[in-house]
Amino acid sequence: MEKSAVFKGKLLPYLLLVPQLVITLVFFYWPASQAVWQSFLREDAFGLNSEFIGLENYQALLAQPEYYKAMATTVVFSSLVAALSLSIALLFATQADKNLKAAPTFKVMMIWPYAVAPAVAGVLWLFIFHPSLGTMARPLRMMGFNWNPMLNGNHAMALVVMAAVWKQIAYNFLFFLAGLQAIPRSVLEAGAIDGAGPYRRFWTITFPLLSPTTFFLLVVNVVYVFFDTFGIIDAVTGGGPAGATTTMVYKVYADGRLGGDLGGSAAQSVILMVIVIVLTAIQFRYVERKVQY
Amino acid sequence: MVEHRRWNDILAYAILTFGVFIVVFPVYVALIASTHDAATVVNGNMPMLPGSHTLENYYRAIFVGGSRASREPVGHMLMNSFVMAMGIALGKIVISILSAYAVVYFRFPFRQTAFWIIFVTLMLPVEVRIYPTYKVIADLKMLDTYAGLILPLIASATGTLLFRQFFMTIPDELLEASRIDGAGPFRFFKDTLLPLSVTTMAALFVIQFIYGWNQYLWPLLITTQESMQTIVTGIKKMLTTTDELAEWQLAMATAILAMVPPVAVVVFMQRRFVRGLVETEK
Repeated sequence: MEKSAVFKGKLLPYLLLVPQLVITLVFFYWPASQAVWQSFLREDAFGLNSEFIGLENYQALLAQPEYYKAMATTVVFSSLVAALSLSIALLFATQADKNLKAAPTFKVMMIWPYAVAPAVAGVLWLFIFHPSLGTMARPLRMMGFNWNPMLNGNHAMALVVMAAVWKQIAYNFLFFLAGLQAIPRSVLEAGAIDGAGPYRRFWTITFPLLSPTTFFLLVVNVVYVFFDTFGIIDAVTGGGPAGATTTMVYKVYADGRLGGDLGGSAAQSVILMVIVIVLTAIQFRYVERKVQY
Repeated sequence: MVEHRRWNDILAYAILTFGVFIVVFPVYVALIASTHDAATVVNGNMPMLPGSHTLENYYRAIFVGGSRASREPVGHMLMNSFVMAMGIALGKIVISILSAYAVVYFRFPFRQTAFWIIFVTLMLPVEVRIYPTYKVIADLKMLDTYAGLILPLIASATGTLLFRQFFMTIPDELLEASRIDGAGPFRFFKDTLLPLSVTTMAALFVIQFIYGWNQYLWPLLITTQESMQTIVTGIKKMLTTTDELAEWQLAMATAILAMVPPVAVVVFMQRRFVRGLVETEK
């Protein structure tokens, strides 16, 4: 798409672009290239000397069992959060799509958690499920369940998943509802005339027609879990216990800050960049052309 | 709908009410906790109805800070969060409307290059390049400054793409008409383009305000002085003492205060919010 009517100016367009280009170059390209460069260096603890060591940082990283553990944690965490938040949001969206009088009220009530900061969401859930003072911890213990996310890795994972899902439902709900409302009623009526009940209509008509939305949301959710959940993890578990909730992004942070291993941290950043670029490319390639119609 | 069955509606109401319950429950508990005194909250059997310490807790959170460790009162953090969120939202709108104007309404060498330089930033959130960015900010002596909090986060392509998309829908006849009236690029921008872009700007503002307000990792890294902390990072620091000492009633009051501004934006500007969310994702 191009405009046919344009202005001629020679200098003006560059002046208009300067603010954004300067900020992008200084705060985006410069640090990103630094990350790539640093991943080939070894720095001493004070950052005074650095030597070029080629791919050693990557080799060291890929020899670390902790790195594979962080990868596995990331996969488990993202699949749980994406699967749960997508299916729960779809359930609520299909209900809100029915002609209910109170549908607009329900809509507002469902979407506001989008505005809650991930770290704040984490603190809220930590408070409810805190082993010693949480409102839900006592009932769990009375049922004979030894709930302790501070010591048990699976419990900690369950807690961060709950907080992450809780926050993401709003977003998915909104997009599913928009997707549902875009489905022509006539198609559903045709299905009904052919004798398909609501359940069958959903799985044979609505769900396939919703697949572009679902696919788009799947990619967005994976990106969300990768990056935006940092606040939840830091606030709730700090990556623990024993690394049970250390995702790849959290490890970049922890290794660089707490471990002081900047080269290794940079190598992890580069790997993450590649993953994000692939995800974004998939999103653009397939979402643009719509999965099924 | 196709058919209208009573049980179907009842089922829908039941499921949605359950959904709203899940969504509201954690916030309700936090709200209740912020109205009790420390002892009631910590004993693990907090009542589910409001207590009588509401004013005291919020007063202490906002103006005094915690008593068991030296802490910054939340009032100041709210101010920092507000400046950061406004800076990011307004900064992004200004730089991206200008660059979109250049890319859409001018022809010049390296136009496509400039567009791609901006476009690629979509792919890399700040989380993957935190330490190098930190180093740039440190070299520029921008640690513990508002500029350091704001600038790295406005380097992104969403706004430019959004305005570009919108400008493409504006009919060429408008430009030709104002040219005939003798308007140059400045007049056209000010008198025609800006007024038409108001709704797009509002949508972008809402999304970016929430984005800026809710930042966590970045302010955590580059603010070392308590006086520069934002409220979202401040809550975590209230809880880093041992569990018995953490003043949960104040932390919960702070959590509520941290939620109110962005949630209010979503609830009261719902249409703009939905529009901004849908359009920035395209």
